[in-house]
Amino acid sequence: MSTSIEVFVNSAPVEVKAGSTAAVAILVAGVDAFRLSPSGQPRGPLCGMGICAECRATIDGVANQYTCLRLCHPGMRICTEVAAAGAGARGDARESGCSE
Amino acid sequence: MSDLHPSREIVVVGAGPAGLQAALAAHDAGARVTLVDASPEAGGQIWRGGHPPSRIAARLLGRLRDSPVQFLRGCTIVDAPKPGQLLAMHDGNPLWLSYHRLVLATGARERFLPFPGWTLPNVLGVGGIQALAKGGLDLAGKRVVVAGSGPLLLSVAASLPLYGAQVPVIAEQASLSHLVRFALGLRYLPGKIPEALQLAWRLQPLRFQAATYPVRAHGDMRLTAVTLRSADREWTVDCDYLACAFGFVPNLELAELLGCTVREGFVVVDNWQQTTAPDVYCAGEPTGIGGAEKAMAEGAVAGLAAALLPEDANSPVSRNLHSQAAPHLARRARCHHFAQVLERSFPLRPELRDLPLPETTVCRCEDVPLIHLEGCSSWRDAKLQRRLGMGHCQGRVCGAATEFLLGWPMQSVRPPLSPVPVRLLAAAALAKADDSNPHPQTRPGQ
Repeated sequence: MSTSIEVFVNSAPVEVKAGSTAAVAILVAGVDAFRLSPSGQPRGPLCGMGICAECRATIDGVANQYTCLRLCHPGMRICTEVAAAGAGARGDARESGCSE
Repeated sequence: MSDLHPSREIVVVGAGPAGLQAALAAHDAGARVTLVDASPEAGGQIWRGGHPPSRIAARLLGRLRDSPVQFLRGCTIVDAPKPGQLLAMHDGNPLWLSYHRLVLATGARERFLPFPGWTLPNVLGVGGIQALAKGGLDLAGKRVVVAGSGPLLLSVAASLPLYGAQVPVIAEQASLSHLVRFALGLRYLPGKIPEALQLAWRLQPLRFQAATYPVRAHGDMRLTAVTLRSADREWTVDCDYLACAFGFVPNLELAELLGCTVREGFVVVDNWQQTTAPDVYCAGEPTGIGGAEKAMAEGAVAGLAAALLPEDANSPVSRNLHSQAAPHLARRARCHHFAQVLERSFPLRPELRDLPLPETTVCRCEDVPLIHLEGCSSWRDAKLQRRLGMGHCQGRVCGAATEFLLGWPMQSVRPPLSPVPVRLLAAAALAKADDSNPHPQTRPGQ
């Protein structure tokens, strides 16, 4: 349990304990607003068990993944919607590291 | 080993206490068993990433690992296209599962009720924060207010310090007299849960507040504090997380899709855990909220019955089934008594209906505020007019909330049960159209 692995949250490297979920990796990266609601309210995980859909993010290029249900693997690339939206607003989605 | 049906195929949906017991009991009785769960690990929410795992959880999970039961993790059921067949999404791909008999062990989710600020990041469920903690979140030095209702508050509040958290207050909305009744009812419950709760109670006596509930979560981009109310007193507590949920609601979507009769919010089952839908059994929280002990007893009965009950309902039930099921039936009866105590002990106080303001979000996915529901007559009406429950969670969160706030029962479950990529539905439709190949990927890797 004590081994750690490296994943990338919005392009930044993050060390998490092996066995951590992607949702935890996002929180460890210091991001608690995972996404924005349709009217722009910040949102983070609610249920932690694949029901509420509030924790969804892009994992390894696949959008809308429930991050609470996915275990981290070394090198996993996680991109939150807020980071993507911010980069998009600046007119440069590539800057967020979320589009390959 | 087996009576009559050595090759009966059984699919069990949900790998918590009920599903694990059902899968292992059915396997022991000679069936070929496939167990599926949306999570990356078996054990359900209660046994997920145990810290340390309970003895019974370790034993069942070990038996699963050592058994030929096929366990499909990360597998979500999205449709039941025809009798005897389920369509699942497994690692992003369509997967058809065929069964002679199906056991639903889909568990429960938490009931969330809206109040101002409940959508802020770091306001999450009681089981929700536990799931994140078990998923590796370090809570060292974090202040976590635990609020809502039910025995989970105490057991989670007792476990949070193991992850480094401080719990400044536990706010239980039920009154002290109800809690005393619950404590007395614990003597009916077999197993370790009463001891765990009593321990939690002893650990947290000064911080436990009965008849207390959150009225507002504060913060801008994230939670910073919560205001609690008890009778006519209100006070604000600074915190990093608010873990708040008001008991459980069963996950009924698949049962409803399969046409199982649901009465007063729970799946109707007979003595053998058979639902009203042919060849569909159900065990655990969907038949009544009662915790892991009840779920295990019902799961064992359901697994044995699914494996051993004859096809013809008029044929006699084998002595083998009767004798194997007897201890589980006795345990189930004791657990049902506890479930009744549980149900009576945590009634939601009517003041909770007054917590959301007109502008408070009710449907989080579609940002529907309470005021937009004025003038709507039903769940369906609000869905069509205001997009209530039309988002990603498909009413799994706001359905229970509007049922409590407005008395609207949820209606009309439709496939897909969970959002899926269009290409998965397209693949499913193509396969369905191809009659010559009805089960393209029934058992992967075989």
